[in-house]
Amino acid sequence: MKTDVTDIPAEMERKMEFYSIAPLTGDATEADRATITRNTSVYVYEAPVRLWHWINAAAILVLCVSGYLIASPPPSIEMAEATDQFLFGYIRFAHFAAAMIMTVGFFGRIYWAFVGNHHAKQMFKLPLWSGKWWSEVLDEIKWYAFLKKNPRKYVGHNPLAQIAMFFFMTVGMTFMIVTGFALYSEGVGRDGILDTMFGPLLDLVGGSHMMHQIHHLGMWAIVIFVMIHIYAAIREDIMSRQSMVSTMISGTRTFKDDDPN
Amino acid sequence: MANIETFYDVMRRQGITRRSFMKYCSLTASALGLGPAFVPKIAHAMETKPRTPVIWVHGLECTCCSESFIRSAHPLAKDVVLSMISLDYDDTLMAAAGHAAEAAMMDTIEKYKGQYILAVEGNPPLNEDGMFCISGGKPFVEKLKMAAKDAKAVISWGACASYGCVQAAKPNPTQATPVHKVITDKPIIKVPGCPPIAEVMTGVITYMLTFDRLPELDRQGRPAMFYGQRIHDKCYRRPHFDAGQFVEAWDDDGARKGYCLYKMGCKGPTTYNACSTVRWNEGVSFPIQSGHGCIGCSEDGFWDQGTFYDRVTDLTQFGVEKNADQIGMAAAGVVGGGVALHAAVSALKSAQNKAQKTPTPMNEEA
Repeated sequence: MKTDVTDIPAEMERKMEFYSIAPLTGDATEADRATITRNTSVYVYEAPVRLWHWINAAAILVLCVSGYLIASPPPSIEMAEATDQFLFGYIRFAHFAAAMIMTVGFFGRIYWAFVGNHHAKQMFKLPLWSGKWWSEVLDEIKWYAFLKKNPRKYVGHNPLAQIAMFFFMTVGMTFMIVTGFALYSEGVGRDGILDTMFGPLLDLVGGSHMMHQIHHLGMWAIVIFVMIHIYAAIREDIMSRQSMVSTMISGTRTFKDDDPN
Repeated sequence: MANIETFYDVMRRQGITRRSFMKYCSLTASALGLGPAFVPKIAHAMETKPRTPVIWVHGLECTCCSESFIRSAHPLAKDVVLSMISLDYDDTLMAAAGHAAEAAMMDTIEKYKGQYILAVEGNPPLNEDGMFCISGGKPFVEKLKMAAKDAKAVISWGACASYGCVQAAKPNPTQATPVHKVITDKPIIKVPGCPPIAEVMTGVITYMLTFDRLPELDRQGRPAMFYGQRIHDKCYRRPHFDAGQFVEAWDDDGARKGYCLYKMGCKGPTTYNACSTVRWNEGVSFPIQSGHGCIGCSEDGFWDQGTFYDRVTDLTQFGVEKNADQIGMAAAGVVGGGVALHAAVSALKSAQNKAQKTPTPMNEEA
């Protein structure tokens, strides 16, 4: 994804130089900067990434609601004899089905990190050894602590968002998938492939009951992430210098200004 | 070992006809979940094999395992003790006492080195050099190690020997320790439960005698044939679970109708045991059938997994006794409050910025 920078006119070259020192950051590549010199928008999230985001969001919604109900079932309903009624069974089915969709989606997302564009990788790593990145983290903390008048401009996730994505999605979702499959393996039976893969984890955490408790606690971590994520996305959309919510629909990041600072 | 009779000899001597003997063999085969092809194998084994000497020792325990064992119906405990095994030492069941009893144990150990099975009920406390459990004038841990040294295999009876049970519950003042953490060089079969089901206990012994090997064990070392499935998956109340029909209070209509006890904290979904299939007292009942949830007594550390009466139980890892929902809701509440506050300040700040940006030439630069 390298743009050939040699045939860019002199004025653009000046602009590019400006953008490489300007507050435009957040995983911005040279190619992104080159684009900004011509357009006010950059294509960031490719279609598979956007599709994954919304499928994942829907799956998480179903998983949280059904998961909560599995732990604390709704009041008993007697519509028919037990053999003719499968209410709680359907709640569990919804949970397992959404979990399978989420898992397949997550694997698809990992695949896309390899074949997709530069920004598709951002969620899966933290540039902990980059001093520039840490200064951006500090900058973003200042912006959220109201200590800074203007935020920077970000092409991909801002560094705080990147940290949140990494810990809640990459690590958190892996945790939920692994613990979830450990529980699911019990239902499948103790002689299946799932039991071989995930069963030992049950002994590791101190049994099936404990695994249920920590899986349940994991749900609350995801709920907290969702709250922060939605708030931050809307707030950024309103107050920051680039588009946010629509970017996850159209894939393009648009910028509201070209202020130098 | 010519001086030990075969099982068949003993049974015939006791007046059991060959016909009854064959019936017994087929019953045992079905109790173990084996096909009819195994009946002659069992019969052959019992006709030719000498009885296996067993030493049964008691550590920190309540004797509920013994109480359960003697109530076995298939096979009858008396058949196991008098005909199948040669129970040479069991300080609870044996007639001898004191020095005579201890001498019998030493006798068996010396006579059948590497041949006998050591059955352990209860566990040794390790704190204060094991002084919390003195048996035969010595700390039990010493007796256990001595008896295990020449044993062919060790059976850990019950939750005590398998996992530690109540005496090992936090804070475990006597440092009660399950057998497999003290005896590390012998094959150990865990038969957990508080107590284990009688037929499971005798079934394990019968299997070992018949096939002269340990039964297939699961990851935790429990016989897979009895501990391979969850109580929940074979529970006769399972249809009510799938239907969403739960007991909400001990005396409600659902309780009378026999609805699922999930909401009352039943640990059936997280417990591996044979209660819902084998049941207790000749298949009369089991806890769930009697209207009380399973307490998960055959699972590791079941005393330390919160109350028996909640599904989502308290976690003590956070320094407070709160369950996952309470912890999660509190955290979500704090974050939600923070978000609301942050949103309010953001709105104020941006209003302030807009006010400053109103085009009066003086503060346009601001």
